Amino acid sequence: MSLEIINLWYVVAAALFIFGLKQLGSPATAVRGNKLSSIAMLIAVVATLFNKDILPWEWIIGAILVGSLVGAVTAQKVEMTSMPEMVALFNGSGGIASLMVGWAALYNLDNTTFTHITILLSILIGGMTFSGSILAWGKLSEVINSAAVVFGAQRFVNAMILVALVVCSVMFCLEPAIDSPYLYAVITLALVFGVMAVLPIGGADMPVVISLLNSYSGLAACAAGFAINNNILIVAGSMVGAAGIILTNIMCKAMNRSLGHVLFSGFGAVKEATKVEGEVKPINSEDAFLILEAAQSVTFVPGYGMAVAQAQHVVRELGELLEKNGAEVTYAIHPVAGRMPGHMNVLLAEANVPYDQLVEMEDINPRIDKVDVAVVIGANDVVNPAARNDENSPIYGMPIINVDYAQTVFVLKRSMASGFSGVDNPLFFGDNTRMLFGDAKQSLAAVVAEFKT
Amino acid sequence: MDAVFLALILMLSIFLGFELISKVPATLHTPLMSGANAISGITIVGALISAGSGTDLLATILGAAAVMFATINVVGGYMVTNRMLSMFKKKDVDPSGGKS
Repeated sequence: MSLEIINLWYVVAAALFIFGLKQLGSPATAVRGNKLSSIAMLIAVVATLFNKDILPWEWIIGAILVGSLVGAVTAQKVEMTSMPEMVALFNGSGGIASLMVGWAALYNLDNTTFTHITILLSILIGGMTFSGSILAWGKLSEVINSAAVVFGAQRFVNAMILVALVVCSVMFCLEPAIDSPYLYAVITLALVFGVMAVLPIGGADMPVVISLLNSYSGLAACAAGFAINNNILIVAGSMVGAAGIILTNIMCKAMNRSLGHVLFSGFGAVKEATKVEGEVKPINSEDAFLILEAAQSVTFVPGYGMAVAQAQHVVRELGELLEKNGAEVTYAIHPVAGRMPGHMNVLLAEANVPYDQLVEMEDINPRIDKVDVAVVIGANDVVNPAARNDENSPIYGMPIINVDYAQTVFVLKRSMASGFSGVDNPLFFGDNTRMLFGDAKQSLAAVVAEFKT
Repeated sequence: MDAVFLALILMLSIFLGFELISKVPATLHTPLMSGANAISGITIVGALISAGSGTDLLATILGAAAVMFATINVVGGYMVTNRMLSMFKKKDVDPSGGKS
Protein backbone atom coordinates (compact mmCIF):
# COMPACT_ATOMS: atom_id res chain seq x y z
CA MET A 1 0.00 0.00 0.00
CA SER A 2 1.36 3.41 -0.80
CA LEU A 3 1.78 6.07 1.84
CA GLU A 4 -1.17 8.03 0.43
CA ILE A 5 -3.55 5.12 0.77
CA ILE A 6 -2.33 4.41 4.31
CA ASN A 7 -2.99 8.04 5.19
CA LEU A 8 -6.45 7.73 3.67
CA TRP A 9 -7.19 4.84 6.02
CA TYR A 10 -5.93 6.99 8.87
CA VAL A 11 -8.59 9.54 7.95
CA VAL A 12 -11.24 6.81 8.15
CA ALA A 13 -9.86 5.76 11.53
CA ALA A 14 -9.88 9.34 12.80
CA ALA A 15 -13.54 9.74 11.78
CA LEU A 16 -14.45 6.53 13.61
CA PHE A 17 -12.56 7.66 16.71
CA ILE A 18 -14.58 10.87 16.69
CA PHE A 19 -17.92 9.06 16.33
CA GLY A 20 -16.86 6.52 18.93
CA LEU A 21 -15.90 9.15 21.47
CA LYS A 22 -19.14 11.01 20.84
CA GLN A 23 -21.23 7.89 21.40
CA LEU A 24 -19.32 7.12 24.59
CA GLY A 25 -21.00 10.21 26.00
CA SER A 26 -24.47 8.72 26.29
CA PRO A 27 -25.42 5.56 28.21
CA ALA A 28 -27.63 4.28 25.41
CA THR A 29 -24.91 4.35 22.74
CA ALA A 30 -21.76 3.91 24.81
CA VAL A 31 -21.23 0.22 24.04
CA ARG A 32 -21.44 0.94 20.32
CA GLY A 33 -19.12 3.91 20.71
CA ASN A 34 -16.47 1.81 22.36
CA LYS A 35 -16.72 -0.80 19.61
CA LEU A 36 -16.49 1.87 16.91
CA SER A 37 -13.36 3.26 18.44
CA SER A 38 -11.81 -0.21 18.73
CA ILE A 39 -12.56 -0.77 15.04
CA ALA A 40 -10.86 2.54 14.32
CA MET A 41 -7.81 1.31 16.21
CA LEU A 42 -7.81 -1.93 14.25
CA ILE A 43 -7.99 -0.05 10.95
CA ALA A 44 -5.11 2.21 11.96
CA VAL A 45 -2.94 -0.75 13.01
CA VAL A 46 -3.69 -2.88 9.97
CA ALA A 47 -3.13 0.02 7.57
CA THR A 48 0.22 0.66 9.22
CA LEU A 49 1.23 -2.97 8.88
CA PHE A 50 0.56 -2.77 5.13
CA ASN A 51 3.48 -0.41 4.86
CA LYS A 52 5.96 -2.72 3.16
CA ASP A 53 8.88 -1.18 4.97
CA ILE A 54 7.68 -2.69 8.18
CA LEU A 55 9.91 -5.54 9.08
CA PRO A 56 10.89 -7.70 10.96
CA TRP A 57 7.63 -9.49 11.40
CA GLU A 58 8.71 -11.88 14.13
CA TRP A 59 9.45 -9.03 16.55
CA ILE A 60 6.19 -7.28 15.88
CA ILE A 61 4.00 -10.35 16.02
CA GLY A 62 5.68 -11.47 19.21
CA ALA A 63 5.19 -8.08 20.85
CA ILE A 64 1.53 -7.89 19.79
CA LEU A 65 0.82 -11.40 21.05
CA VAL A 66 2.41 -10.78 24.43
CA GLY A 67 0.71 -7.40 24.80
CA SER A 68 -2.72 -8.73 23.80
CA LEU A 69 -2.43 -11.63 26.20
CA VAL A 70 -1.43 -9.45 29.15
CA GLY A 71 -4.09 -6.84 28.34
CA ALA A 72 -6.88 -9.34 27.77
CA VAL A 73 -6.18 -11.39 30.87
CA THR A 74 -5.98 -8.38 33.19
CA ALA A 75 -9.09 -6.83 31.64
CA GLN A 76 -11.09 -10.00 32.27
CA LYS A 77 -9.73 -10.82 35.69
CA VAL A 78 -9.72 -7.45 37.38
CA GLU A 79 -12.24 -6.87 40.15
CA MET A 80 -14.47 -3.86 39.63
CA THR A 81 -13.29 -2.50 42.96
CA SER A 82 -9.69 -2.46 41.66
CA MET A 83 -10.62 -0.51 38.56
CA PRO A 84 -8.74 2.68 39.57
CA GLU A 85 -5.49 0.76 39.95
CA MET A 86 -5.98 -0.86 36.62
CA VAL A 87 -6.72 2.37 34.78
CA ALA A 88 -3.51 3.73 36.34
CA LEU A 89 -1.49 0.78 35.06
CA PHE A 90 -2.94 1.06 31.54
CA ASN A 91 -2.14 4.78 31.55
CA GLY A 92 1.38 3.92 32.57
CA SER A 93 1.87 1.40 29.78
CA GLY A 94 0.62 3.92 27.23
CA GLY A 95 3.04 6.47 28.64
CA ILE A 96 6.09 4.24 28.48
CA ALA A 97 5.15 3.22 24.93
CA SER A 98 5.11 6.89 23.87
CA LEU A 99 8.46 7.44 25.55
CA MET A 100 9.93 4.55 23.57
CA VAL A 101 8.40 5.73 20.30
CA GLY A 102 9.99 9.11 20.82
CA TRP A 103 13.31 7.55 21.72
CA ALA A 104 13.28 5.22 18.72
CA ALA A 105 12.45 8.19 16.47
CA LEU A 106 15.94 9.51 17.18
CA TYR A 107 17.26 6.79 14.90
CA ASN A 108 15.81 8.65 11.94
CA LEU A 109 18.80 10.55 10.70
CA ASP A 110 17.14 13.49 8.96
CA ASN A 111 15.44 14.98 12.01
CA THR A 112 15.06 18.74 12.25
CA THR A 113 15.39 20.71 15.49
CA PHE A 114 11.60 20.95 15.64
CA THR A 115 11.39 17.17 15.48
CA HIS A 116 13.98 16.87 18.22
CA ILE A 117 11.93 19.14 20.44
CA THR A 118 8.83 17.03 19.88
CA ILE A 119 10.86 13.87 20.53
CA LEU A 120 11.97 15.29 23.85
CA LEU A 121 8.38 16.26 24.63
CA SER A 122 7.13 12.75 23.98
CA ILE A 123 9.93 11.36 26.17
CA LEU A 124 9.13 13.88 28.90
CA ILE A 125 5.35 13.47 28.93
CA GLY A 126 5.52 9.72 28.33
CA GLY A 127 8.09 9.27 31.09
CA MET A 128 6.22 11.26 33.68
CA THR A 129 2.96 9.56 32.76
CA PHE A 130 4.66 6.23 33.29
CA SER A 131 6.34 6.86 36.64
CA GLY A 132 3.42 8.95 37.92
CA SER A 133 0.97 6.18 37.03
CA ILE A 134 3.08 3.53 38.69
CA LEU A 135 3.22 5.61 41.86
CA ALA A 136 -0.54 6.26 41.64
CA TRP A 137 -1.06 2.53 41.25
CA GLY A 138 1.06 1.93 44.34
CA LYS A 139 -0.93 4.44 46.35
CA LEU A 140 -4.30 3.14 45.13
CA SER A 141 -3.50 -0.49 45.84
CA GLU A 142 -1.99 0.56 49.18
CA VAL A 143 1.30 -1.09 48.28
CA ILE A 144 2.75 2.14 49.55
CA ASN A 145 1.26 4.65 51.96
CA SER A 146 -1.49 6.48 50.13
CA ALA A 147 -1.24 9.65 52.18
CA ALA A 148 0.10 12.86 50.71
CA VAL A 149 3.86 13.22 51.08
CA VAL A 150 4.79 16.84 51.56
CA PHE A 151 8.20 18.06 52.62
CA GLY A 152 9.54 21.55 53.05
CA ALA A 153 11.81 21.91 50.04
CA GLN A 154 9.36 20.20 47.69
CA ARG A 155 8.64 23.19 45.50
CA PHE A 156 12.32 24.04 45.36
CA VAL A 157 13.27 20.48 44.38
CA ASN A 158 10.53 20.41 41.72
CA ALA A 159 11.68 23.73 40.33
CA MET A 160 15.25 22.43 40.18
CA ILE A 161 14.12 19.32 38.31
CA LEU A 162 12.25 21.50 35.82
CA VAL A 163 15.26 23.74 35.30
CA ALA A 164 17.52 20.72 34.84
CA LEU A 165 15.02 19.30 32.33
CA VAL A 166 15.03 22.49 30.28
CA VAL A 167 18.83 22.78 30.38
CA CYS A 168 19.38 19.16 29.37
CA SER A 169 16.80 19.47 26.59
CA VAL A 170 18.49 22.56 25.18
CA MET A 171 21.90 20.92 25.37
CA PHE A 172 20.54 17.90 23.58
CA CYS A 173 18.97 19.95 20.80
CA LEU A 174 22.22 21.82 20.24
CA GLU A 175 24.05 18.60 19.62
CA PRO A 176 21.57 15.80 19.02
CA ALA A 177 22.99 12.32 19.10
CA ILE A 178 21.50 8.95 19.92
CA ASP A 179 24.08 8.35 22.64
CA SER A 180 24.06 11.86 24.02
CA PRO A 181 24.35 11.84 27.83
CA TYR A 182 21.72 14.59 27.86
CA LEU A 183 19.20 12.16 26.37
CA TYR A 184 19.64 9.79 29.29
CA ALA A 185 19.47 12.73 31.67
CA VAL A 186 16.13 13.84 30.17
CA ILE A 187 14.71 10.33 30.43
CA THR A 188 15.78 10.01 34.06
CA LEU A 189 14.55 13.47 34.99
CA ALA A 190 11.19 12.83 33.32
CA LEU A 191 10.72 9.70 35.40
CA VAL A 192 11.73 11.50 38.59
CA PHE A 193 9.40 14.38 37.77
CA GLY A 194 6.44 12.02 37.40
CA VAL A 195 7.13 10.61 40.86
CA MET A 196 7.50 14.08 42.37
CA ALA A 197 4.22 15.18 40.77
CA VAL A 198 2.14 12.38 42.31
CA LEU A 199 3.95 12.22 45.68
CA PRO A 200 2.16 15.18 47.32
CA ILE A 201 -1.30 13.92 46.35
CA GLY A 202 -3.30 12.00 48.90
CA GLY A 203 -5.82 9.21 48.45
CA ALA A 204 -8.94 11.40 48.47
CA ASP A 205 -7.53 13.50 45.62
CA MET A 206 -6.87 10.47 43.45
CA PRO A 207 -9.80 11.11 41.04
CA VAL A 208 -8.01 14.26 39.93
CA VAL A 209 -4.68 12.52 39.42
CA ILE A 210 -6.13 9.58 37.54
CA SER A 211 -7.93 11.79 35.07
CA LEU A 212 -4.90 14.06 34.73
CA LEU A 213 -2.61 11.10 34.00
CA ASN A 214 -5.20 9.96 31.48
CA SER A 215 -4.87 13.32 29.79
CA TYR A 216 -1.06 13.08 29.84
CA SER A 217 -1.10 9.66 28.19
CA GLY A 218 -3.03 11.21 25.31
CA LEU A 219 -0.71 14.20 25.08
CA ALA A 220 2.29 11.84 25.10
CA ALA A 221 0.85 9.99 22.11
CA CYS A 222 0.21 13.36 20.47
CA ALA A 223 3.83 14.44 20.99
CA ALA A 224 5.01 11.11 19.62
CA GLY A 225 2.86 11.85 16.57
CA PHE A 226 4.78 15.07 15.99
CA ALA A 227 8.05 13.20 16.50
CA ILE A 228 7.32 10.74 13.72
CA ASN A 229 5.13 12.98 11.54
CA ASN A 230 2.02 10.92 11.95
CA ASN A 231 -1.33 12.64 11.96
CA ILE A 232 -3.49 9.84 13.40
CA LEU A 233 -1.40 9.95 16.58
CA ILE A 234 -1.90 13.70 16.79
CA VAL A 235 -5.66 13.52 16.24
CA ALA A 236 -6.38 10.63 18.61
CA GLY A 237 -3.82 11.71 21.19
CA SER A 238 -5.03 15.28 21.45
CA MET A 239 -8.68 14.22 21.71
CA VAL A 240 -7.75 12.00 24.65
CA GLY A 241 -5.75 14.88 26.10
CA ALA A 242 -8.75 17.19 25.85
CA ALA A 243 -11.11 14.57 27.33
CA GLY A 244 -8.77 14.07 30.28
CA ILE A 245 -8.51 17.79 30.94
CA ILE A 246 -12.30 18.11 30.99
CA LEU A 247 -12.67 15.27 33.48
CA THR A 248 -9.88 16.73 35.61
CA ASN A 249 -11.69 20.04 35.61
CA ILE A 250 -14.98 18.41 36.66
CA MET A 251 -13.19 16.67 39.52
CA CYS A 252 -11.51 19.87 40.68
CA LYS A 253 -14.81 21.76 40.61
CA ALA A 254 -16.44 19.01 42.64
CA MET A 255 -13.85 19.65 45.34
CA ASN A 256 -13.95 23.43 44.97
CA ARG A 257 -10.19 23.48 44.51
CA SER A 258 -8.01 24.64 41.69
CA LEU A 259 -5.88 22.17 39.80
CA GLY A 260 -2.75 23.89 41.07
CA HIS A 261 -3.92 23.50 44.65
CA VAL A 262 -4.52 19.79 44.21
CA LEU A 263 -1.17 19.27 42.53
CA PHE A 264 1.06 21.26 44.80
CA SER A 265 -0.31 21.11 48.30
CA GLY A 266 -1.09 17.99 50.25
CA PHE A 267 -4.64 17.60 51.38
CA GLY A 268 -5.34 18.90 54.86
CA ALA A 269 -1.79 20.10 55.29
CA VAL A 270 -2.82 23.73 55.52
CA LYS A 271 -5.63 24.06 58.00
CA GLU A 272 -6.77 22.35 61.12
CA ALA A 273 -10.53 21.85 61.29
CA THR A 274 -12.47 22.95 64.31
CA LYS A 275 -12.82 19.91 66.48
CA VAL A 276 -16.42 18.99 66.91
CA GLU A 277 -17.56 17.36 70.07
CA GLY A 278 -20.82 15.67 70.72
CA GLU A 279 -22.51 12.44 71.36
CA VAL A 280 -23.04 9.84 68.73
CA LYS A 281 -26.27 7.91 68.72
CA PRO A 282 -25.62 4.30 67.77
CA ILE A 283 -28.38 2.14 66.42
CA ASN A 284 -28.69 -1.59 65.86
CA SER A 285 -29.86 -3.35 62.73
CA GLU A 286 -33.27 -4.13 64.20
CA ASP A 287 -34.09 -0.46 64.83
CA ALA A 288 -32.59 0.50 61.49
CA PHE A 289 -34.96 -1.96 59.86
CA LEU A 290 -37.98 -0.49 61.64
CA ILE A 291 -37.12 3.02 60.47
CA LEU A 292 -36.39 1.88 56.91
CA GLU A 293 -39.60 -0.12 56.76
CA ALA A 294 -41.61 3.01 57.54
CA ALA A 295 -39.68 5.17 55.06
CA GLN A 296 -41.32 6.46 51.87
CA SER A 297 -38.10 7.54 50.23
CA VAL A 298 -34.58 6.29 50.84
CA THR A 299 -31.33 7.59 49.37
CA PHE A 300 -28.10 5.67 49.53
CA VAL A 301 -24.94 7.76 49.52
CA PRO A 302 -21.95 5.54 48.79
CA GLY A 303 -18.27 6.38 49.19
CA TYR A 304 -14.91 4.69 48.98
CA GLY A 305 -15.78 2.63 52.07
CA MET A 306 -18.42 0.80 50.05
CA ALA A 307 -15.73 -0.30 47.60
CA VAL A 308 -13.44 -1.41 50.42
CA ALA A 309 -16.19 -3.41 52.11
CA GLN A 310 -17.38 -4.79 48.72
CA ALA A 311 -20.86 -3.87 49.92
CA GLN A 312 -22.38 -2.90 46.54
CA HIS A 313 -24.32 -6.15 46.08
CA VAL A 314 -25.95 -6.10 49.48
CA VAL A 315 -26.76 -2.41 48.97
CA ARG A 316 -28.65 -3.30 45.82
CA GLU A 317 -30.44 -6.14 47.62
CA LEU A 318 -31.59 -3.78 50.35
CA GLY A 319 -32.60 -1.23 47.73
CA GLU A 320 -34.82 -3.78 45.99
CA LEU A 321 -36.43 -4.87 49.24
CA LEU A 322 -37.19 -1.25 50.06
CA GLU A 323 -38.73 -0.71 46.64
CA LYS A 324 -40.93 -3.77 47.10
CA ASN A 325 -41.92 -2.25 50.39
CA GLY A 326 -43.17 0.80 48.49
CA ALA A 327 -40.34 3.23 49.07
CA GLU A 328 -38.75 5.35 46.42
CA VAL A 329 -35.07 4.39 46.27
CA THR A 330 -32.28 6.48 44.80
CA TYR A 331 -28.51 6.41 44.92
CA ALA A 332 -26.92 9.83 45.31
CA ILE A 333 -23.39 9.98 43.98
CA HIS A 334 -20.91 12.73 44.61
CA PRO A 335 -18.59 13.37 41.64
CA VAL A 336 -15.45 12.64 43.64
CA ALA A 337 -16.76 9.74 45.72
CA GLY A 338 -14.24 6.94 45.46
CA ARG A 339 -10.84 6.96 43.89
CA MET A 340 -11.56 7.77 40.26
CA PRO A 341 -14.25 9.65 38.31
CA GLY A 342 -17.43 7.58 38.26
CA HIS A 343 -16.04 4.93 40.61
CA MET A 344 -19.31 4.44 42.52
CA ASN A 345 -21.38 4.30 39.35
CA VAL A 346 -19.32 1.39 38.08
CA LEU A 347 -19.59 -0.53 41.32
CA LEU A 348 -23.35 -0.08 41.50
CA ALA A 349 -23.70 -1.03 37.85
CA GLU A 350 -21.76 -4.19 38.62
CA ALA A 351 -24.32 -4.92 41.33
CA ASN A 352 -27.14 -4.49 38.74
CA VAL A 353 -28.42 -1.14 39.98
CA PRO A 354 -30.11 0.47 36.96
CA TYR A 355 -28.31 3.68 36.04
CA ASP A 356 -31.50 5.77 36.03
CA GLN A 357 -31.71 5.24 39.79
CA LEU A 358 -28.36 6.97 40.23
CA VAL A 359 -28.76 10.69 40.84
CA GLU A 360 -26.14 13.39 40.85
CA MET A 361 -25.44 15.78 43.67
CA GLU A 362 -27.20 18.75 42.02
CA ASP A 363 -30.36 16.70 41.55
CA ILE A 364 -30.66 15.29 45.04
CA ASN A 365 -29.73 18.35 47.10
CA PRO A 366 -32.84 20.46 46.32
CA ARG A 367 -35.13 17.65 47.43
CA ILE A 368 -33.03 16.06 50.15
CA ASP A 369 -35.31 17.42 52.90
CA LYS A 370 -38.08 15.22 51.51
CA VAL A 371 -35.94 12.12 51.84
CA ASP A 372 -36.99 10.04 54.85
CA VAL A 373 -33.76 8.15 55.28
CA ALA A 374 -30.34 8.88 53.79
CA VAL A 375 -27.99 5.93 54.19
CA VAL A 376 -24.33 6.95 54.08
CA ILE A 377 -22.13 3.98 53.24
CA GLY A 378 -18.43 4.53 53.69
CA ALA A 379 -18.53 8.18 52.61
CA ASN A 380 -17.16 10.94 54.79
CA ASP A 381 -15.82 14.12 53.23
CA VAL A 382 -18.50 14.27 50.53
CA VAL A 383 -21.25 14.45 53.17
CA ASN A 384 -19.40 16.53 55.75
CA PRO A 385 -21.42 19.63 56.73
CA ALA A 386 -18.17 21.29 57.83
CA ALA A 387 -17.62 21.99 54.14
CA ARG A 388 -20.62 24.33 54.43
CA ASN A 389 -20.22 25.75 57.92
CA ASP A 390 -16.66 25.60 59.19
CA GLU A 391 -14.35 28.09 57.56
CA ASN A 392 -11.37 26.42 59.21
CA SER A 393 -12.09 23.08 57.62
CA PRO A 394 -9.66 22.04 54.87
CA ILE A 395 -12.64 21.04 52.77
CA TYR A 396 -14.53 24.33 53.38
CA GLY A 397 -16.34 25.36 50.21
CA MET A 398 -16.45 21.92 48.68
CA PRO A 399 -19.96 21.13 47.42
CA ILE A 400 -21.39 18.22 49.39
CA ILE A 401 -24.48 16.07 49.40
CA ASN A 402 -26.51 17.66 52.21
CA VAL A 403 -27.57 14.43 53.90
CA ASP A 404 -27.85 16.26 57.21
CA TYR A 405 -31.00 17.92 55.84
CA ALA A 406 -32.72 14.56 55.35
CA GLN A 407 -35.29 13.45 57.93
CA THR A 408 -33.02 10.73 59.24
CA VAL A 409 -29.42 9.88 58.39
CA PHE A 410 -27.86 6.47 58.88
CA VAL A 411 -24.09 6.49 58.80
CA LEU A 412 -22.45 3.11 58.29
CA LYS A 413 -19.02 3.24 59.74
CA ARG A 414 -16.47 0.75 60.90
CA SER A 415 -15.62 2.66 64.07
CA MET A 416 -15.33 6.22 65.25
CA ALA A 417 -12.01 6.97 63.57
CA SER A 418 -12.19 10.11 61.44
CA GLY A 419 -12.22 9.81 57.68
CA PHE A 420 -9.42 9.75 55.21
CA SER A 421 -8.31 13.32 55.38
CA GLY A 422 -8.55 13.40 59.15
CA VAL A 423 -11.46 15.81 59.10
CA ASP A 424 -13.83 15.61 62.00
CA ASN A 425 -17.31 15.28 60.73
CA PRO A 426 -20.10 17.11 62.62
CA LEU A 427 -22.60 14.94 60.74
CA PHE A 428 -21.92 12.12 63.18
CA PHE A 429 -23.25 14.22 66.05
CA GLY A 430 -26.39 15.49 64.31
CA ASP A 431 -29.73 15.13 66.06
CA ASN A 432 -31.15 13.18 63.15
CA THR A 433 -28.04 10.99 62.68
CA ARG A 434 -27.89 7.36 63.73
CA MET A 435 -24.61 5.49 63.58
CA LEU A 436 -24.61 1.87 62.47
CA PHE A 437 -21.18 0.68 63.51
CA GLY A 438 -19.45 -2.30 61.98
CA ASP A 439 -18.45 -3.61 58.58
CA ALA A 440 -20.79 -2.02 56.03
CA LYS A 441 -21.45 -5.29 54.27
CA GLN A 442 -22.32 -7.14 57.46
CA SER A 443 -24.42 -4.30 58.85
CA LEU A 444 -26.48 -4.12 55.67
CA ALA A 445 -26.78 -7.88 55.48
CA ALA A 446 -28.19 -7.84 59.00
CA VAL A 447 -30.81 -5.25 57.96
CA VAL A 448 -31.66 -7.31 54.88
CA ALA A 449 -32.09 -10.37 57.11
CA GLU A 450 -34.54 -8.40 59.26
CA PHE A 451 -36.57 -7.60 56.14
CA LYS A 452 -36.78 -11.24 55.20
CA THR A 453 -38.04 -12.49 58.53
CA MET B 1 4.78 16.81 6.76
CA ASP B 2 4.74 20.51 7.40
CA ALA B 3 4.95 21.40 11.09
CA VAL B 4 2.39 24.17 10.67
CA PHE B 5 -0.04 21.76 9.08
CA LEU B 6 0.43 19.31 11.97
CA ALA B 7 -0.13 22.14 14.44
CA LEU B 8 -3.41 22.97 12.68
CA ILE B 9 -4.52 19.35 13.02
CA LEU B 10 -3.56 19.50 16.70
CA MET B 11 -5.58 22.61 17.36
CA LEU B 12 -8.67 21.31 15.57
CA SER B 13 -8.57 17.98 17.37
CA ILE B 14 -8.24 19.59 20.79
CA PHE B 15 -11.29 21.76 20.10
CA LEU B 16 -13.15 18.74 18.80
CA GLY B 17 -12.19 16.76 21.91
CA PHE B 18 -13.51 19.49 24.19
CA GLU B 19 -16.76 19.70 22.24
CA LEU B 20 -17.29 15.95 22.20
CA ILE B 21 -16.69 15.33 25.88
CA SER B 22 -18.11 18.38 27.60
CA LYS B 23 -21.58 16.94 28.19
CA VAL B 24 -20.96 13.48 29.57
CA PRO B 25 -23.14 12.29 32.48
CA ALA B 26 -21.27 11.33 35.65
CA THR B 27 -22.39 7.72 35.27
CA LEU B 28 -20.11 7.35 32.30
CA HIS B 29 -17.01 9.02 33.70
CA THR B 30 -15.12 5.81 34.33
CA PRO B 31 -15.92 4.11 31.02
CA LEU B 32 -15.17 7.36 29.21
CA MET B 33 -11.82 7.55 30.94
CA SER B 34 -10.85 3.96 30.23
CA GLY B 35 -12.20 4.21 26.68
CA ALA B 36 -10.18 7.36 26.09
CA ASN B 37 -7.23 5.60 27.68
CA ALA B 38 -7.54 2.82 25.12
CA ILE B 39 -7.54 5.43 22.34
CA SER B 40 -4.32 6.88 23.73
CA GLY B 41 -2.85 3.49 22.86
CA ILE B 42 -2.85 4.84 19.29
CA THR B 43 0.83 5.30 19.98
CA ILE B 44 0.97 1.65 18.87
CA VAL B 45 0.94 2.94 15.29
CA GLY B 46 4.07 4.95 16.03
CA ALA B 47 5.57 1.95 17.76
CA LEU B 48 4.95 -0.26 14.72
CA ILE B 49 6.63 2.26 12.46
CA SER B 50 9.59 2.60 14.81
CA ALA B 51 9.97 -1.13 15.27
CA GLY B 52 9.90 -1.63 11.53
CA SER B 53 11.82 1.25 10.07
CA GLY B 54 15.00 1.06 12.09
CA THR B 55 18.09 -0.48 10.64
CA ASP B 56 19.53 -0.31 14.11
CA LEU B 57 18.90 -3.24 16.44
CA LEU B 58 18.33 -0.99 19.45
CA ALA B 59 15.63 0.93 17.56
CA THR B 60 13.92 -2.35 16.73
CA ILE B 61 14.06 -3.48 20.35
CA LEU B 62 12.71 -0.13 21.56
CA GLY B 63 9.97 -0.25 18.96
CA ALA B 64 9.02 -3.83 19.78
CA ALA B 65 8.85 -3.05 23.49
CA ALA B 66 6.73 -0.01 22.68
CA VAL B 67 4.44 -2.20 20.57
CA MET B 68 4.02 -4.56 23.50
CA PHE B 69 3.19 -1.85 26.03
CA ALA B 70 0.87 -0.03 23.65
CA THR B 71 -0.92 -3.31 22.86
CA ILE B 72 -1.53 -3.89 26.59
CA ASN B 73 -2.99 -0.40 26.71
CA VAL B 74 -5.18 -0.89 23.65
CA VAL B 75 -6.45 -4.42 24.18
CA GLY B 76 -6.83 -4.11 27.94
CA GLY B 77 -8.44 -0.68 27.69
CA TYR B 78 -11.07 -1.64 25.14
CA MET B 79 -11.92 -4.93 26.79
CA VAL B 80 -12.30 -3.51 30.26
CA THR B 81 -14.39 -0.60 28.95
CA ASN B 82 -16.64 -3.03 27.16
CA ARG B 83 -16.93 -5.14 30.30
CA MET B 84 -17.89 -2.11 32.35
CA LEU B 85 -20.37 -0.75 29.82
CA SER B 86 -22.14 -4.07 29.49
CA MET B 87 -22.97 -3.81 33.18
CA PHE B 88 -24.79 -0.52 32.81
CA LYS B 89 -28.48 -1.22 32.57
CA LYS B 90 -31.58 0.81 32.39
CA LYS B 91 -34.44 -0.05 34.65
CA ASP B 92 -36.85 -2.78 33.46
CA VAL B 93 -34.84 -3.84 30.48
CA ASP B 94 -33.20 -6.58 32.50
CA PRO B 95 -33.52 -9.56 30.13
CA SER B 96 -33.99 -11.97 33.02
CA GLY B 97 -36.92 -9.78 33.99
CA GLY B 98 -36.75 -11.02 37.53
CA LYS B 99 -36.18 -9.00 40.61
CA SER B 100 -35.24 -11.27 43.44
